[in-house]
Amino acid sequence: MQELITRAKELLADGTVVRVLGWKAGDLSYNPEAAYFETAESLDEFVYNGFCGQNLSKMMIEASKLEGKTLVCLKPCDTYSFNQLIKEHRVDREKAYIIGVGCKGKLNVEKLREMGIKGIKSISGAELTDACEELHISTIYGDKTVAYKEAMLERCHVCKGKEHMIYDEIIGESKDTKDADRFAEVEKIEKMSPEERFAFFQKELSKCIRCNACRNACPACSCRKCVFDSTKFDSAQKANVDSFEEKMFHIIRAFHVAGRCTDCGECSRVCPQGIPLHLFNRKFIKDIDTFYGEYQAGADDQSKGPLTSFTFDDVEPGVVAERG
Amino acid sequence: MQRIGVFVCHCGTNIAATVDVKKVVEMAAKEPGVVHAEDYQYMCSEAGQAKIINAIHEKNLTGIVVCSCSPRMHEATFRKAAAKAGLNPYMVEIANIREHCSWIHKDMEEATLKAVILARAAIAKVNLDAPLQPGESLVTKRALVIGGGIAGIQSALDIAEAGYEVDIVEKLPSIGGRMSQLDKTFPTLDCSACILTPKMVEAAAHEKINIYTYSEVEKVSGFVGDFTVDIRKKARSVDMSKCTGCGVCSEKCPSKKNANEFNRGLNNRSAIYIPFAQAIPNVPVIDRENCIKFKTGKCGACSKVCAAGAIDYEQKDEIVTQKYGAIVVATGFDVIPLDKYDEYAYSQSKDVITSLELERIMNAAGPTKGHLERLSDGKAPKNIVFVQCVGSRCSDERGKSYCSKICCMYTAKHAMLIRDKYPDTNVTVFYIDVRTPGKNFDEFYRRAVEDYGVNYVKGQVGKVIPQPDGTLMVQASDLLENKQIHMEADMVVLAAAIEPNKDVRKIATMLTASIDTNNFLTEAHAKLRPVESPTAGIFLSGVCQGPKDIPETVAQAGAAAVKAIGLLAKDKLTTNPCTAHSDELLCNGCSQCANVCPYGAISYEEKQVNDHGIRETRRIAVVNNALCQGCGACTVTCPSGAMDLQGFSNRQILAEVDAICR
Amino acid sequence: MSIEAKEEFRPKIVAFCCNWCSYAGADLAGSSRLSYPADVKIIRVPCSCRVNPMFILRAFEKGADGVIMCGCHPGDCHYTTGNYYARRRMTLLFSMLDFIGVENGRTRVEWVSAAEGVKFSQTMNEFVEKIYSLGKNVRLEDLRCRN
Repeated sequence: MQELITRAKELLADGTVVRVLGWKAGDLSYNPEAAYFETAESLDEFVYNGFCGQNLSKMMIEASKLEGKTLVCLKPCDTYSFNQLIKEHRVDREKAYIIGVGCKGKLNVEKLREMGIKGIKSISGAELTDACEELHISTIYGDKTVAYKEAMLERCHVCKGKEHMIYDEIIGESKDTKDADRFAEVEKIEKMSPEERFAFFQKELSKCIRCNACRNACPACSCRKCVFDSTKFDSAQKANVDSFEEKMFHIIRAFHVAGRCTDCGECSRVCPQGIPLHLFNRKFIKDIDTFYGEYQAGADDQSKGPLTSFTFDDVEPGVVAERG
Repeated sequence: MQRIGVFVCHCGTNIAATVDVKKVVEMAAKEPGVVHAEDYQYMCSEAGQAKIINAIHEKNLTGIVVCSCSPRMHEATFRKAAAKAGLNPYMVEIANIREHCSWIHKDMEEATLKAVILARAAIAKVNLDAPLQPGESLVTKRALVIGGGIAGIQSALDIAEAGYEVDIVEKLPSIGGRMSQLDKTFPTLDCSACILTPKMVEAAAHEKINIYTYSEVEKVSGFVGDFTVDIRKKARSVDMSKCTGCGVCSEKCPSKKNANEFNRGLNNRSAIYIPFAQAIPNVPVIDRENCIKFKTGKCGACSKVCAAGAIDYEQKDEIVTQKYGAIVVATGFDVIPLDKYDEYAYSQSKDVITSLELERIMNAAGPTKGHLERLSDGKAPKNIVFVQCVGSRCSDERGKSYCSKICCMYTAKHAMLIRDKYPDTNVTVFYIDVRTPGKNFDEFYRRAVEDYGVNYVKGQVGKVIPQPDGTLMVQASDLLENKQIHMEADMVVLAAAIEPNKDVRKIATMLTASIDTNNFLTEAHAKLRPVESPTAGIFLSGVCQGPKDIPETVAQAGAAAVKAIGLLAKDKLTTNPCTAHSDELLCNGCSQCANVCPYGAISYEEKQVNDHGIRETRRIAVVNNALCQGCGACTVTCPSGAMDLQGFSNRQILAEVDAICR
Repeated sequence: MSIEAKEEFRPKIVAFCCNWCSYAGADLAGSSRLSYPADVKIIRVPCSCRVNPMFILRAFEKGADGVIMCGCHPGDCHYTTGNYYARRRMTLLFSMLDFIGVENGRTRVEWVSAAEGVKFSQTMNEFVEKIYSLGKNVRLEDLRCRN
């Protein structure tokens, strides 16, 4: 972290950048929040640790409109989103100085809570320089040690890899934390009967409170005005007063980002109701991979997405009914 | 709120017999916005239209719904009527209660209910209609003809005769096409070159016609009346302005063993060559793949012997960009490859040939100087077997489902010519059916059988087996006698199916003209618009649209020319106002819409916007209304709904959905 | 089918048809008097690529029991490429609807040319029969939208 701060101060001082986009400590040790730093002094508040899960690439949409360059800290998986945003002309590459920050997996405090760990005072072992094998948690009930992996976000178990897709320089080591099959959950649901699938999604989506956190966090879901707020489409909705609206919202949301979603997992991470929203995106990704060949959005900043391209012999929609 | 008038047509009894039109009027009158509803015997009649016009005046209508036949029939009629009354013609919607209702349902109650719902959907749509203004676009008074065969030549001549400039683009070094390879033509047996050459000369000499040979269409953009086309003039390596066509270069060229395409590869030509004697232009071309100078850098024999100094090894491909108002496609055909028909031993024996190869053999300028002889040993064949429908009318994947149409007649011609010139040759034709619909066609075929003694056998050849003695064993079945035949032949001629030129798919894609599963270009209407592509400004000439013989090709070429002339005669065209447009406050500038636009109609501008007080410069999609054809691909790609289609807007379609599901 | 059974369940079926091929195919079915059930209501769109997944979900939301989309055969699109995009969009959408447990027989895409009146009629007959067998769409309908 110190290396990051030192480098950020240098870049501020030599005028390469006029601000730094990173994280500062939140009110609790496990919820740092995104922050801009414009002076060397303010950078003393800069933090970067295992809880800095937020994908800052989306914030670069607004930062691109500001005067001068912004230093932005992007984890390997965040760089996919940034590439995708370049492709869609939403961010200005020239306005960003990208420090590819190392990542050894990001943490989900809910996992600790599920383990019965309460009254957390502080957590150590999740700094950039740590090995990130064990997590030491100091609670009001005493100290606990858990395996780092046990507390990781779902998305880190299906890590896309430790390489940054785009950067100006890299600080810190990264680790590929993949230990699960990305599509295992989707496959599990696919194997259920239609009735079970319906019941599963009915149950999950009935939790939705339409707080729009998923929409706000998603780097692909970055329309100036969402179609669900628009009068131009007669599709404005308020809240989930019935069984279909939130389904429609989530299907359409996933459809709108299909082929553009990098599977960064922010939607599930930020959902206050714990809905596994990434399942929608991953289902589309799985289908795209199966039907049209493997495609990773954001792996580059040029290629046409699978929904804005085609081949003459694409599979017919009837395949859905045929496969049963 | 709109003031809508609903007009329900009886269409005599076509609608009224199954739909209770009074009920439709009664129900429609209750819909929001409807201030007038009536029914009439024939809405499309003068009196019916007068009712609409009167109602617009009397009730100050702002929108019209006509419940009648398909909009494909009379939408234009009712739009014109509305315009006569001063109403914007795009404020008219049609509820199709005939083709989609009365004609397919028997139960009056059901049909009436459906008609009411269809009316309701149209009313919901017209409620959200906005007046649209068609734009105008200018017509470039120049036509492009793609393909320089008889079809292209005829179309070009007819257009030029009407006083318009025409460019012919031909990919081969000479115009003339397939017809130039034919020896004689049915059913009159006149010499193909004798009737084609004057046409070629006339085209070349015509002051309004400009011919690009050895050239290909590379890129097409624009739309009816205003196409922009890039033509690649391939490097001939010979300066056309200097060459005198003396032919010495070809004689002296040391690279002589190159397959002669014009003779279907049956003999060889030099690397610098004029494809055939009557070629236009009479200028050779260097086949760079086989030219020693191009392969090794050493040689230059042609350059040394050329007195005119016309040889130019440095010549490069040249791109000519030209604007056209109309494009005639005349890309013609080829015979199918026979690699999937191994049972006929085409690849195993030189004496199994296609009919087009036989044309070259029979031709005085062909590989045998017009003598009928076996290519294997030069002997005169005594027994010749013709096999019909090789790959035509084929039910399996190997061939074509369609009838190639010309084979029955040219086979009768070949059989007759052979029997005439070589009376002691036995000619047997195996056929599925003999199809001779055409003027003097059946008479011609009967002459072959009755006067020339050609042996026609109804049945199919199963196998051709080359024998060690050089003859061919033909196994066939005689369906009428119901027996197997084994006969010896010295030559087997295959009437291979014809298929559209292999480049047609590429050209169709560039032109956005649709093609069918057999790669024939689709006509706008199979019966009523047979020489027009559904894509405006594209006309179809010759076999690119479907198999046809020379007189049909020439007739169609003329018809395509007339359609093109009709277009070129106009100074301006009205453009379809149902185009996409982007809401600058909603647009993300993400470029996804441009990625799916088939017309390149979407570009991006950095634009100053005022979004509820936020002033900023944004990247905004801008639609060129002259290019946009209104497909709507962009509207679905746009996640924010910034891109919408006039006349088929998101809100309108949703309103129709709602009205139907209500 | 008896009148009573009809009253029990008459499906609502929305058919999106492209203007150039399928709508004309439906017209041909009409002029050839090739019947199919009145439950099918056609919405004309310029091209299958104009069909937004939102339209399909909206139909279900408002109580449609089946939605079918018809367009020109691949390769025959009036706009050259529209149906290729539509094909991908619908494949993914249908797969997603299947994933969340909506019966996959409620959605269908069929390519119908202007010359295929017979196919249009057959397709609609088959589709309606399928929807009858699936019964009312209870999984997707927005209850508030009933009247």
